[in-house]
Amino acid sequence: MDAIADFLATYSTTFAIVGINALLALSVWLTLYAGQLTLGNAAFMAIGAYTSALLGRHLGAPFPLALAAGAVAAAALAAPLGLTVFRLRGVYLAIATLAFGEVVRVILLATPITGRGQGLNGIPPKTELWHIYLSLAVVAYVLWRVQGSIAGRAWAAIREDEVAAASQGIAVRRYKLAAFVLGALLAAWAGGLSAHVTFSIDPNDFAFTKAVQILVFAVVGGIPNVLGPVLGATVFTALPELLRPFKDYRDIFQGAILLAVIIYLPRGIVTLAELRKTRRLAEIGAADVA
Amino acid sequence: MFEQLYNAIFIGSIYALFAVGFALVFSVLDILNLAHPTVFMLGAFAALFAIATLGLPWWLAVPIAFVATGLFGILLDRIAFAPLRRRGAPPLSAMISSLAVTLAVVRVVELRYGGDFITFPAGTVPSFLIHVGGATLEGVRLAIIGLSIALMLVLTYLVRGTALGREIRALAENPRAARILGIDVERAIAATFFISSGLGGLAGVLLAFAYNSLDSRMGLPLELRAFTVMVVGGMGSLPGAVIGAYLLGLGEVASLVYLPAELRDAFAFGLLFLVLIARPQGLLGQRPADRI
Amino acid sequence: MLLETRQLSRTFGGVHAVDRVDLAVAAGQAFGLIGPNGAGKTTLINLISGHLRADGGSVLLDGATVTRLAPHELTARGIARTFQGVRLFKGLTVFDNVLVGRHARLRSDVVRRLVPRRSRADPDRERAMGLLERVGLRRRAGALAGELAYGDQRRLEIARALASEPRVLILDEPAAGMNPSESGRLRELMRALVAEGITIVLIEHDVGLVMGTCERVAVLNFGRKIAEGSPAEVRASAAVREAYLGAEDVA
Repeated sequence: MDAIADFLATYSTTFAIVGINALLALSVWLTLYAGQLTLGNAAFMAIGAYTSALLGRHLGAPFPLALAAGAVAAAALAAPLGLTVFRLRGVYLAIATLAFGEVVRVILLATPITGRGQGLNGIPPKTELWHIYLSLAVVAYVLWRVQGSIAGRAWAAIREDEVAAASQGIAVRRYKLAAFVLGALLAAWAGGLSAHVTFSIDPNDFAFTKAVQILVFAVVGGIPNVLGPVLGATVFTALPELLRPFKDYRDIFQGAILLAVIIYLPRGIVTLAELRKTRRLAEIGAADVA
Repeated sequence: MFEQLYNAIFIGSIYALFAVGFALVFSVLDILNLAHPTVFMLGAFAALFAIATLGLPWWLAVPIAFVATGLFGILLDRIAFAPLRRRGAPPLSAMISSLAVTLAVVRVVELRYGGDFITFPAGTVPSFLIHVGGATLEGVRLAIIGLSIALMLVLTYLVRGTALGREIRALAENPRAARILGIDVERAIAATFFISSGLGGLAGVLLAFAYNSLDSRMGLPLELRAFTVMVVGGMGSLPGAVIGAYLLGLGEVASLVYLPAELRDAFAFGLLFLVLIARPQGLLGQRPADRI
Repeated sequence: MLLETRQLSRTFGGVHAVDRVDLAVAAGQAFGLIGPNGAGKTTLINLISGHLRADGGSVLLDGATVTRLAPHELTARGIARTFQGVRLFKGLTVFDNVLVGRHARLRSDVVRRLVPRRSRADPDRERAMGLLERVGLRRRAGALAGELAYGDQRRLEIARALASEPRVLILDEPAAGMNPSESGRLRELMRALVAEGITIVLIEHDVGLVMGTCERVAVLNFGRKIAEGSPAEVRASAAVREAYLGAEDVA
């Protein structure tokens, strides 16, 4: 027992980050599953992180309430944003959401209450491992069940062909917006959890690089089901730890693995188990995510 | 005031050289090449290698950097894009594969040169001042402005006036038709990448010369600026990218006068966001009709 | 009249793709729409199905104006369609394609699904299977839609459209790429659907198929309706002969 406790204590931060990254990967999975490439989730994560930390600091809000407030704030911002940007498609949508993320970052850099460039320090470490893994379990279960529901099928249909989906009676804009807002909510929740793990946050924690990292977790893991993003986040968070002896070459390995996955496993590592189906999908030109 | 305008045109020229290559690849292959900032950085380091390690003068280092990054562009395409193209993968895949290359290449550079700012060996980079009226200006920047404009003219001629340019344009228009017309598509793509990356690398050398400073992450700020320039000008439009680049340069320098330093980036991204919402086709772009 | 268009118009960059077209389709009718290439047939049905906005005129369904409604709202009101060149959800199974087609008639099951229960007989799944049976694709239910042969894809698209229990079924060149025996079976299917009370609007290049299936035919040329009537009347029309002269034989 002691050995396990030691192990957990030594690696508890790594476990926390794996879980948080898995939540983030699921947040972007939601929109990807509906065929929308958005890169705004780092910004929503920031909103969750700052809102919950500030509420705790200045108003003494209880932790769960602060987390929920951060998530709601992100969702409230995501709704009008989604209505505006969903006229755009493909790379335009990606760039617009990325620009939104940068606007948020710049606002954080300029606002006194968020600590400008220094960010916030001394955030109390309120997040317990079980908070993270309970959230992850609930979210993964709900998304798994939703995937097989009418709504999940509608998202898949929109991903495959928006015009044809509308003709089947699917309110395309509403479904896309729902995926986007739920994704924002989830990213902000993860952001709140992560702020209370890392003690300090600053605007550059949520920059372009973070947005792309979240996307990479989801895409490398795979979009076909909720296991993919969780797997992707786990592998890509744990990999740097495993590669610690080769620290200098770590990014080179990661780059090579990423490249290999995108070229040889277009639907993600989760499809290693069903290569045959992937090949069939590839033959009809429907193998990829977005 | 005059000095600020001068700097705006200088930085606009760098943006233009960088963004024109980015837009060229997008217009021909619909790829957002996220490794383009890495190419920019590689250009600067190729010049450093030529000057510091090979002991060559700066005027030889510039063309060497151009060719080296151009060749790297072709390699990049073979490794990161060609396999995806063969499969008909969507644009997202190419964004991620180019990112993977970036991750690895930045690290390779850091293994050799470290992650901090470095400078060229003393006295190896040209530097002189010119006096116009009451103002003192850095002469290298004027040379860079001149060179950039000349290169843009050459590129325009290349794309509009030569057989290779015709092939590239045909490819951008319709890859299937281009193939049927007997165009060697892979060769035209290789040429596109050579030009695009060569220009991107050149932009890197020139900026590194102007500031006498380079580092492994120097391309990063240009990534989102290239998006801005391209969206403002119209996705994939080369003249649009040039106009967008100078507009961004002017806007940034102007906003520095009125905004605090932390908000330096706000102009570029605010502009990007507004244009996407109000006029997603950009200044010179045409909106493809949504066909059913 | 179940479906009407009144002075329906749409221009693209100054070109009148559809120019003041009046159509009136009675309930239970098979209505044919023919015309040379680029006559505006597909634009016209894109206007009816809500995929394009009209510049002028109106669309009426069962007497109510539906001109400004979105495609999904029109599907809910009973207009279903197929697409020229087929637009299936290629990466989904054949069965899921039909289930998605039923979207307008389903109520959200998200909350219900969060509490797992032993599966009960699901009438929607049975109905979807029945539709596949009907178009002869039952055995391929588990295949990916993109894997089907072209003719099968066309029939799947019809099954998907039928899943929404439409009052009006618009078929855009359903016989394109079908061999004679397949298009024969398509004709049988259309007749059976009309017998069940479904109204069909058929856009076809195969004039023979239209003439043999539809009670009433309208002819478009350069965005205008140049003739309308029974197949025999249309065949006799001088304007139609002129429109098709040199293009195809009206026979």
